[in-house]
Amino acid sequence: MRISDKFEELKSRNEGALISYICAGDPSTELTKSAVKALIKGGADIIELGLPFSDPCADGPVIQSATDRAISAGMTPERYFELVSTLQVDVPLVCMTYYNIIYKRGIKKFIEDCSSSGITGIIVPDLPVEESDELGLACAKNKVDLIFLVAPTTNENRLHKILDKSTGFLYMVSRTGVTGGSTDIGTDIADLLTGIKKCTDIPIAVGFGISNRNQVADIISYGAEGVIAGSAFVDIIASGKNVEHRLESLACDLKSGCRE
Amino acid sequence: MNKSKYGIYGGQYVPEILMPALQELEDEYSRYRNDPQFQQDLNYYLRDFAGRETPLYHAKNLSRKYKTKIYLKREDLVHGGAHKLNNTLGQALLAKYMGKKRIIAETGAGQHGTATSMAGANLNLDTLIYMGAKDVVRQKMNVYRMEILGARVKAVESGSKTLKDAINEALRDWVTNVDTTHYLIGSVVGPHPYPMIVRDFQSIIGKEVKEQIMQKEGRYPDSIIACAGGGSNAMGIFYPFIENKDVSMFAVEAGGSGMELTSKAALHSASMCTGEVGVLHGACTKVLQNQNGQILESHSISAGLDYSGVGPELAYLADTGRINPCHVSDEEALNAFHEMSRLEGIIPALESSHALAYVMIKAESGELGDLVVINLSGRGDKDLETVIKAGKWKGGNI
Ligand SMILES: Cc1ncc(COP(=O)(O)O)c(C=O)c1O
Repeated sequence: MRISDKFEELKSRNEGALISYICAGDPSTELTKSAVKALIKGGADIIELGLPFSDPCADGPVIQSATDRAISAGMTPERYFELVSTLQVDVPLVCMTYYNIIYKRGIKKFIEDCSSSGITGIIVPDLPVEESDELGLACAKNKVDLIFLVAPTTNENRLHKILDKSTGFLYMVSRTGVTGGSTDIGTDIADLLTGIKKCTDIPIAVGFGISNRNQVADIISYGAEGVIAGSAFVDIIASGKNVEHRLESLACDLKSGCRE
Repeated sequence: MNKSKYGIYGGQYVPEILMPALQELEDEYSRYRNDPQFQQDLNYYLRDFAGRETPLYHAKNLSRKYKTKIYLKREDLVHGGAHKLNNTLGQALLAKYMGKKRIIAETGAGQHGTATSMAGANLNLDTLIYMGAKDVVRQKMNVYRMEILGARVKAVESGSKTLKDAINEALRDWVTNVDTTHYLIGSVVGPHPYPMIVRDFQSIIGKEVKEQIMQKEGRYPDSIIACAGGGSNAMGIFYPFIENKDVSMFAVEAGGSGMELTSKAALHSASMCTGEVGVLHGACTKVLQNQNGQILESHSISAGLDYSGVGPELAYLADTGRINPCHVSDEEALNAFHEMSRLEGIIPALESSHALAYVMIKAESGELGDLVVINLSGRGDKDLETVIKAGKWKGGNI
């Protein structure tokens, strides 16, 4: 399913999107399969599936550990695409990985593999818009959305460059920092959102440090079309206790914030 | 050509959060690099604090033994014991001019961390050093040095707990504190403009050699040899000679304990010689990686060469044939360490011993010509424990 169709559908229901991240193969492909089902059952609208890289410099400790577990358990790009093609789900699947993983496989091949396995969008946190031309071309050819990040440090000039190349949705980073931790949702986020929304119609999803329903409700009330939560889900997986059930209830709780 | 690139290498592969900071750094650097006040300040520190210029020393015993006229560029005499201070003084001063209050740095052996702590203490900047937890144990003395100099040292427990993970952690810190903080990278690696800035600050080595060798010999050397981890001492001595096509240049990488790879690790750190094109720590360069694109842990007896990547400009110069990448093993470097100490009365750093070893191995072949300059990038006092542990102690009763 294309990302834009999902956002259209949600708009007609007047809901925000819950985008949930987990790392593929953490701690096994079997668990990833059941975790994806649980997240969707709980209300996740889009699944962001991390393809682990050994040196994830944009991630905090929670996702770093997930990455280590997944790589140790044998996750590779080959197995990732196999896994994705066996997930029979009717929500958009987004791949999150670092540029070297894509580069090594070959940009064209990587995006073709995304397309044929059922990935409809891709997020590359260490690839700024300036370096993205080749990947952008491959994505356009294969109908895979290339999702860019904007940050509180992004100035207007850069924002326009990024919006020019963005498809699917825009990933707004809630604060300077890495993934995980907790973010205070305050007026600075509201101002950022307002500023960006003046320049674009593309849906905006806010991520980094999102773990509870109140944060979600605030972000949606400030005008975002979606929220992204990752470390909170990965924490549950890391605990190894009652994983599917707790993933489902957290997704359900966060999703309720999207409906307020 | 895009000025952030060297051929296909270089660029800026970093999170969006950092892009404005890289732009700011580039702007401020181009503003100050030719600013007379900045230059005057930097020259003052380089002369009166660091002890420049360093001698170009004719190593007569080594020359006699290897039947080649060998000069040593004595970066071991720079304050702190290595070339690293040339760069940290330059960047710390730049940070000061930019109004930053805080500097952070990564370190492997602790040499760059120490040089950063020295510059930070002197210029009154709050200094935090990231160091892999394994390296903290291996290089205890340098941890003490940094702490005595007033820096804080943070042990990095993630990933392989070595230099590459310390760089990741420093990047994460910078992403979080980008407004107040300058990330003081220790080699010609990382996103543009770092490879350029560090090369410029280290180029003082090659500029001095150019004048000194002219005075002493009336000509340029046939070849210049430097070890290469990230590649800052190599770029520093090579750069001013790039236009002099008759000067051959050799970048000696760490061959470690063998040239093999496993799916997780290499037994060496020879990224220029054996690595494949990839993206690591913000730049496209040659990196040690497996077929899936995961970065391999590297190995070298010298912690300062123990890195899975290499500066993008070096990767480019190697591709174009202007420099010759090569490697020597742990064993060969250890032998050179001892031979140099006994022949010349200078204990070289294990990093620099790689450059020495290459000359010792190749001198007789004639490949290096008659007049050779070796960059003696640092002194070896920091390495005594490593040498003793390697069982390479020659003589002595301890
Ligand atoms: C004495 C010495 N030489 C060389 C190096 C390697 O760094 P680079 O290749 O950047 O010169 C180090 C790094 O710590 C060092 O301490």
